[in-house]
Amino acid sequence: MYDVAVIGAGIIGSAVARELSKYHVKAAVIERENDVAAGSTKANSAILHAGYDPACGTKMAKHNVRGSKLAKELCRRLSVPYKQIGSLVLAFDDADMETVRKLYDRGVQNGVEGMKILTLKEVLDKEPNINSDIKGALWAPSCAIVNPWEYAIALAENAHDNGVDFYLDHRVTGIEKRDGAFVIRTVKEPIEAKYVINAAGVYADKINNMVGGNEFTITANKGSYFLLDKSQGNLVHTVVFQCPSRAGKGVLVSPTVHGNLIVGPDAVDVDDREDRGTPKASLDYVREMSQRSCPSISFRDNIRNFAGLRAQSSEESDFLIEESRVCPGFINLSVIKSPGLTSAPSIAEEAVEILEGMGLELIQKEQFIADRQKVVFKELSVEEKEKIVKENPLYGRIICRCETVTEGEIVDALKSPLCPPSLDAVKRRAGSGMGRCQGGFCGPRVAEIISREKGVPMMEILQDRTGSNILVAQTKTEGGSL
Amino acid sequence: MQYDLVVIGGGPAGLAAALEAYQNGVKSVLILERDKELGGILNQCIHNGFGLHYFKEQLTGPEYAGRFIRELSGLGIEVKLDTMVLDVSNQKEIHAINTADGYFTIQAKAIILAMGCRERTRGAISIPGERPAGVFTAGAAQRYCNMEGYLVGKRVVILGSGDIGLIMARRMTLEGAKVLACVELMPYSNGLNRNIVQCLNDYNIPLYLAHTIVDIRGEERVKSVTVAKVDEKRAPVPGTEFDIECDTILLSVGLIPENELSKSAGVPLDRRTSGPEVFDNMETDVEGVFACGNVVHVHDLVDFVTAESQKAGRSAAKYIQNGEFGRNDCISVKNGSAVNYTVPQKIRPAGVEKQVEIFFRVNNVYKNMAIRVTSGEQQIARFKREHMAPGEMERILIPKMLLDKVTGQELTVSVIPE
Repeated sequence: MYDVAVIGAGIIGSAVARELSKYHVKAAVIERENDVAAGSTKANSAILHAGYDPACGTKMAKHNVRGSKLAKELCRRLSVPYKQIGSLVLAFDDADMETVRKLYDRGVQNGVEGMKILTLKEVLDKEPNINSDIKGALWAPSCAIVNPWEYAIALAENAHDNGVDFYLDHRVTGIEKRDGAFVIRTVKEPIEAKYVINAAGVYADKINNMVGGNEFTITANKGSYFLLDKSQGNLVHTVVFQCPSRAGKGVLVSPTVHGNLIVGPDAVDVDDREDRGTPKASLDYVREMSQRSCPSISFRDNIRNFAGLRAQSSEESDFLIEESRVCPGFINLSVIKSPGLTSAPSIAEEAVEILEGMGLELIQKEQFIADRQKVVFKELSVEEKEKIVKENPLYGRIICRCETVTEGEIVDALKSPLCPPSLDAVKRRAGSGMGRCQGGFCGPRVAEIISREKGVPMMEILQDRTGSNILVAQTKTEGGSL
Repeated sequence: MQYDLVVIGGGPAGLAAALEAYQNGVKSVLILERDKELGGILNQCIHNGFGLHYFKEQLTGPEYAGRFIRELSGLGIEVKLDTMVLDVSNQKEIHAINTADGYFTIQAKAIILAMGCRERTRGAISIPGERPAGVFTAGAAQRYCNMEGYLVGKRVVILGSGDIGLIMARRMTLEGAKVLACVELMPYSNGLNRNIVQCLNDYNIPLYLAHTIVDIRGEERVKSVTVAKVDEKRAPVPGTEFDIECDTILLSVGLIPENELSKSAGVPLDRRTSGPEVFDNMETDVEGVFACGNVVHVHDLVDFVTAESQKAGRSAAKYIQNGEFGRNDCISVKNGSAVNYTVPQKIRPAGVEKQVEIFFRVNNVYKNMAIRVTSGEQQIARFKREHMAPGEMERILIPKMLLDKVTGQELTVSVIPE
């Protein structure tokens, strides 16, 4: 019997798990996919917003600003790539300038520090590649970019280090309350807990329905992106937004923590919550809109397209962070769309407060492992590189040439506690396959290493999710086709 | 560490260049190769057809590479395998790494860049749709099949009718897969005609010219693709879409010379080839740094790679023995009508002994054309060709005697109707 079971190992679930792991609380995280960060956490703009977007007085505003403040130190402790590069909201006309002024005021009210309204000249001095046909922009220096899936993986690994159990590949099929405790049925074994936290992203309403709640329905809203080669990564140095609309924050152009350029997203409702394809219409739209901010983006240098789903609800415009109104002991952390990534550590704090208010005893651990270390070979100095190869020759073999990732780092990823036998799980941890050849060169080599380290036959190696095997047969074992 | 000559890449280009330099008097030679064995991409090209020109035989890829590897062994050429070059400075200092030596640097007198190329990916052409398992570049599928012994799929659609796509159509079929279609964006195929016949026609695999893939469906694994006709602007034509149920897509949509190291060495690249700008002797703009093979421009025939690389090897030897070639008196080679690019981009007439060799590609399929080499208004040379295609690299030889007629600093290669 667990004290707390968290449903969903995305950024919210992982942040909650880490927060809980600071206390003598028996906790578990239950996740439908085979990896952490498998849903929207790995498919978003990767931005930690400053906090001028959410309406004043909302949970979004509170958690955005606090999450933004917590991020820098948290990412440092957990070895998560993070860069505070600031953001611009461009104003193309007078109406936009009015919006920019409103955002400024709202930011001040929300507690955002350091903002300034810039003139055209000031913007172009900062960012020469921006469309010069603008009136000005809102500058927010506290905006940052992060590696969003590594943020979740780091939080989850740290939670695991501190005693939280993770049940991956355990899709939840039903929840019952029996003798004051929850029995969570999954596609594998059931899990029992006194309290349940719903952090199920685009499926949060389904999970809520399982305990009889129907306060909200989630509509998945999809955003498609371009990820461009590092040669485009210097086009801009800050996050460049356009003015927000009803649909959301609009198409942005931003560097990534890896040095690439990310462009997108659009906003399209989809019926199927597994639909993460990038339709042509979306790609055309993003291409067109982004060039309004940066006319010289070279889409010829695109290396990948992807899409992520926002958990939106027509009933709730704010985060829904509360104990269920129909089922005591069940907490909704639902309708977490943007600024969800930014807000995660702060939402986790509130979740723990709610649990405390519900009666969960919180005794702080004396021995809490607060840090997570990670070897990133390409960032080491020459001396550090020389040293580490001597200690472990596997750091002397480069497997992913595009991103300079060593066999040592790939083995580290495979040895980490939550890593499934997939190319993409290794990619999300070690970075192999993220570069311009998109795994064309290193893929077969990484597959061999996975097979060796995990003791898994090559035929069972996955691209990503369960069922996404890359190889279908061995050669020379079957006859010709007809 | 110090060497007279360091060759980066131990595939057909690097092998030929190193051997030729050695045979021309350079005894301090080191080849750096990232794979566990020499041979480069040839190791996975188990089909034959290599060496028709050079050896007058039909060899498989490994056999062709094997001839050079055997010649190499027993000579004093050093080889470091399983070694990745991380950086090359413009002072010819090389940073590399392997498990045995760790992280090390080498100072070279001359460097030959022979890193080959990489495959263009799905992202580079933004194919819409989902991202299931089962989408591979043709070369990656070839590696799994021919080196590791695995089939990447059973029902295959191939995008791109270049040679790699065609070869894999046959390969997958022979290994038990069903290849349902080869889809080609252009109204003509870029591959060698013998491959169309031997890889598609012989296996009744339909070839859809002027078509492309407009959607990929499947969650964990590819389930189907949507194919559509394209117009003259290569845009999909609405209403022409049809679906093919498949579990695998192989992308053969172009090769890109791999010039990260060239860039870090300060070697200027030609935007048309994505490779270094080179002189007729294969030297780049950085003194003492030479380049050859697919890293300069993507070749169709390995025999031409060998010849080009031997040129680079000889030039590197001359450089090491006699010093720099001199920058004065250069002729710039321009691409005229119907010509996409030329290699070399520059000629030093003083260094030309008998003739200069110019390679180029045309931008379309043509019949009954004339290749014109002009210097201003003056025609220097003219060659007839009955058939030309972008997928077939052209080679012309200009004797020194004709080169001497060039006035001014420019030479233009154009293709016009005969």
